[in-house]
Amino acid sequence: MHKGFLTIYWRDMLRFVRFRTLLFTSLVQPALWLAFFGVAMSNNFERLTATMPVIPGVRAVGYLTFIGAGVIAMTTLFTSLFGGTVLLFDKNWGLMRETLSSPLPRIHIIIGIGLSAMTKSFIQATVIMVFGLLLGVQFFEGYTAAQILVSLFGIMLFIGTFSLGFLFLSAAIAITMESPEGMQAVITLLTMPFFFTSNALYPANSFPPVLRTLSTVNPLTHLVSGIRYFAIGSDFSSIGLRYTYTQGEMLVSFLALLAFAGIMFLIARWRFTKVTVT
Amino acid sequence: MQKGRVTIAGHDLRTEPEKVRESIGIVFQELTLDRDMTVRETLEYHGRLYSMPKAQRKARVDELLSLVELEAKSDVLTRYLSGGMKRRLEIARGLMTRPKVLFMDEPTIGLDPQTRIRIWDYVRDINRQGTTIFLTTHYMDEADQLSDYISIIDHGQIIATGKPWELKNALGQDVIYLETSDNQEASDILRKLGTVKGIRDKSKGIIVMVNVDGTYLLPEIMDKLRNGGIKIRAVNLKKPSMDDVFVHYTGRELRDTGTEKTVVVKSGGR
Repeated sequence: MHKGFLTIYWRDMLRFVRFRTLLFTSLVQPALWLAFFGVAMSNNFERLTATMPVIPGVRAVGYLTFIGAGVIAMTTLFTSLFGGTVLLFDKNWGLMRETLSSPLPRIHIIIGIGLSAMTKSFIQATVIMVFGLLLGVQFFEGYTAAQILVSLFGIMLFIGTFSLGFLFLSAAIAITMESPEGMQAVITLLTMPFFFTSNALYPANSFPPVLRTLSTVNPLTHLVSGIRYFAIGSDFSSIGLRYTYTQGEMLVSFLALLAFAGIMFLIARWRFTKVTVT
Repeated sequence: MQKGRVTIAGHDLRTEPEKVRESIGIVFQELTLDRDMTVRETLEYHGRLYSMPKAQRKARVDELLSLVELEAKSDVLTRYLSGGMKRRLEIARGLMTRPKVLFMDEPTIGLDPQTRIRIWDYVRDINRQGTTIFLTTHYMDEADQLSDYISIIDHGQIIATGKPWELKNALGQDVIYLETSDNQEASDILRKLGTVKGIRDKSKGIIVMVNVDGTYLLPEIMDKLRNGGIKIRAVNLKKPSMDDVFVHYTGRELRDTGTEKTVVVKSGGR
């Protein structure tokens, strides 16, 4: 098998670890979300929901724990959506000519860059989880070591599939766009609906019908649900609401992410066949 | 490609594009280096793209770094290299996979004379090692210095092809420049001489292309003109240069309009 995608992967990771500032900010930023937004909102929600009756027999978790999953998912979304930008720079600075005029099949560029976005997401998710646990996020409570391992595997599986999907989308945009500013604008615009129609920061149960439908088809919702299922449990309550996740629902969520990644891959591949070396 | 067939290093472009890509190297006109990678990494990346085995890659990188004299810079990011060093690195990269055919698109553009001469040396070295080189240039002296064959391209068409001396000989053995009191009359007189091959008008004078050694013909020409009552203001005798060849075929001075180009072919020994 041709291992060309590893070359693309190697180069992208090389750049990721080379620029300490970039590496540092990409790790600190999500932690700051958790530290400031999470802690501030957490205090508000705890006060508002203090008078609500506790649902009997259901484990209650704080808001910080609730959005811990959301922050991981959000970070993965941003990292992956911006992950394709490097292709736009490569294209504009003529660097992509070298790659495109080589015998490397173009599909390997997409796969290689996808794997590197996945790796970055794994690193970030790990950092956020460790930082969250220090801040008091109640992940993996009462789990045995084996259960924690299985849960981590599950979380990474969801994150990996999700990040591939959005990276492919990002790559397709990057290879189509002309200017980095334009790409920045398009991606910022895209993150809005994905982010705010998801259950990352607040429960989606009480959305109006249209938003609820959007939330159901939103890959970010499926990722957040997956992380909560593996990190918190299949039945818990937070900010006065009860959440239950069945294994069947989780399978559907995973398949939804897989389908999303598949479709985005096809789109990216189609966009890449249109690129010519000039 | 509109029509016809292209074969490079024995591979058909249409049916074996991958084989063609494996046999060629390209040095692009604009710099195409990743500023955030080191010199060594740049070559390493290229070798990997072409699936070179690790040991071979390492050996080749060391060999090329010494060829283009960048050993001392091997771990420096390319953003810190000078223009000439960047060019040399790109040439090394084009050679990384030992291509049978190397395309160089104006490799010495914008470089200082010393760097240009060094790059010419590399080009000759590479050629001696068996690589056929297609080089485009706007510098006629470069074409003259480096090539086995030269093609002049004007408006996308090849208008002349040949060895440098063949192209120059087509203009005659020597070229004489004259400024006279009556250029028109002078042309008419000289055209009657059997040793004159052709005459071209310049803004202030005429250019006379001659078939014989100009050193001996020149006195005769001057006598003829004086006898015809024409005063000579300036004389210059020289061998035809590639610049003259270029002007002869394209009918104008070299301008950077992008429509004319000279392709230099240096055929490899293999």
